[in-house]
Amino acid sequence: MSEPQQDFILETRHLTKAFKGFTAVDDVNLQITRGHIHALIGPNGAGKTTVFNLLTKFLQPTSGSIVFNGRDITTETPAAIARLGVIRSFQISAVFPHLSVLENVRIALQRKEGNSFHFWRSDKVLNRLNDRAMELLASVGLADFAQSKTLDLPYGRKRALEIATTLALEPELMLLDEPTQGMGHEDVGMVTDLIKQVSKDRTILMVEHNLHVVSRLADRITVLQRGSILTEGDYATVSADPQVREAYMGTEADAVQEAS
Amino acid sequence: MNKKLLLILLPLALLAPLVLYPVFLAKVLCFALFACAFNLLLGFAGLLSFGHAAFLGTGGYVTGWLMINSGLTPELAIIAGTIAGGLLGAVYGALAVKREGIYFAMVTLALAQLTFFLYVQAPFTHGEDGMQGIPRGALFGLIDLSDNMVMYYFVLAIFCFGFWLINRTVHSPFGQVLKAIRENESRAISLGYDVNRYKWLAFVISAALASLAGATKSLVFELASLTDVHWHMSGEVILMTLVGGVGTLFGPLVGAGFVVTMQNYLSGGELGNYIHIIMGAVFVICVLSFRSGIVGQLAKFKRDNF
Repeated sequence: MSEPQQDFILETRHLTKAFKGFTAVDDVNLQITRGHIHALIGPNGAGKTTVFNLLTKFLQPTSGSIVFNGRDITTETPAAIARLGVIRSFQISAVFPHLSVLENVRIALQRKEGNSFHFWRSDKVLNRLNDRAMELLASVGLADFAQSKTLDLPYGRKRALEIATTLALEPELMLLDEPTQGMGHEDVGMVTDLIKQVSKDRTILMVEHNLHVVSRLADRITVLQRGSILTEGDYATVSADPQVREAYMGTEADAVQEAS
Repeated sequence: MNKKLLLILLPLALLAPLVLYPVFLAKVLCFALFACAFNLLLGFAGLLSFGHAAFLGTGGYVTGWLMINSGLTPELAIIAGTIAGGLLGAVYGALAVKREGIYFAMVTLALAQLTFFLYVQAPFTHGEDGMQGIPRGALFGLIDLSDNMVMYYFVLAIFCFGFWLINRTVHSPFGQVLKAIRENESRAISLGYDVNRYKWLAFVISAALASLAGATKSLVFELASLTDVHWHMSGEVILMTLVGGVGTLFGPLVGAGFVVTMQNYLSGGELGNYIHIIMGAVFVICVLSFRSGIVGQLAKFKRDNF
């Protein structure tokens, strides 16, 4: 290391993932600055979700490395990097449908209690986590739903619950996979506000289709196309780039303009 | 609701041998414990094992062999049989939990078949003849178990312990994580849980309790035979659990009672030759028209009408 550079919480070096005869992610060098909301955008099939799955270790890279807080995590397991403080969300809302809303959050809080293998103890010991769980639910506006079955929540609220569950782990880095996908207008607004709110004191990397959301949230944007980085920068820079406009042909190009 | 139900069931279980043949009741309880152990894995961890006969049989053979050859008291021999089955479960579980769904079932089946053929060849099991004349011994060296009534109450005590442990496991911090894994495995991983270690522990507990059932059964019948290790037995426990209600606490108990009673009555009567056809038909009807099983249907009926 020569001079002290910017503080990167997560870096990928020459990250590559090839499936049979097809390179989904090609030599991607990402650098995520601590404290930023960093958005990963690109047309369908650009490799966003693959990058995402590589970062969270749900896929193994073909070559290249991933460094989190200066530590090489390329060979770690998904559960292990979660314990390091990298918590992901999923495209389809990741909740436990038949547990109550409160229990959903408690599952996340429970891990640090160290009693998760205790099969001989009553689950009443988990009640001491209820206060903290309620705080978290209140912070995403779900306090009134604590006892509901998660299955019965509307979609937007499931997403809010997912964020509360993720926050329970006090992640250093949150990875959000299309957090507003499939949502109506109101819900998009609610979740966007929520992300803004929880982004204080932590870093967020999000894959997002909705450019309006990206323009409101992202400090920095990386545009992927066909598995490699097309360009990077803040929203103004990226949306002015002719290559990006070309990549987002048609309606989506209009969306770029509209949002800016 | 479960507590009230227990308060009704326990006196019934205590009085039952006055009316019904105690060995038959003990048999029902052994199979009920076996099914409950199996259900812990299928109903609460979402893992379909097709090899649980290996644990039932191992418990029976180890306990039987110790009763014949070592002079241990029955409770110690049963504990030893349970531990042996639990250890086997620890090894098999470690291999099986790496796979999911049908592959998990196939790995458990393959390992159980391996166990079966070992027991066919091993001299101490006496192969097709079975290990016969296992003495029941005296409990703690004091209480003679040769009386069927006494044996029944001993079996009832073991069953209650097993049932309590399963109930506790389901309603424990560990049980919560199991539920989460069953509901959404990738999310559980992304919350930092090494899901395979949880599945493995569930597998070991289930295997140990299945062995406990087998160990107890070998004392009840004074016999340990290849029937208990055969893959038919692995299928039968699935049938019991599904008929009774998978994922319910009382379902396997009811299912085991139902299946064992049917078999007993059918095998004695004129329909003896058709027993497999009848059981097969029951299974098909159950899977097609009431998938939540007897207990599941009753619970639903109660929810809808009361």
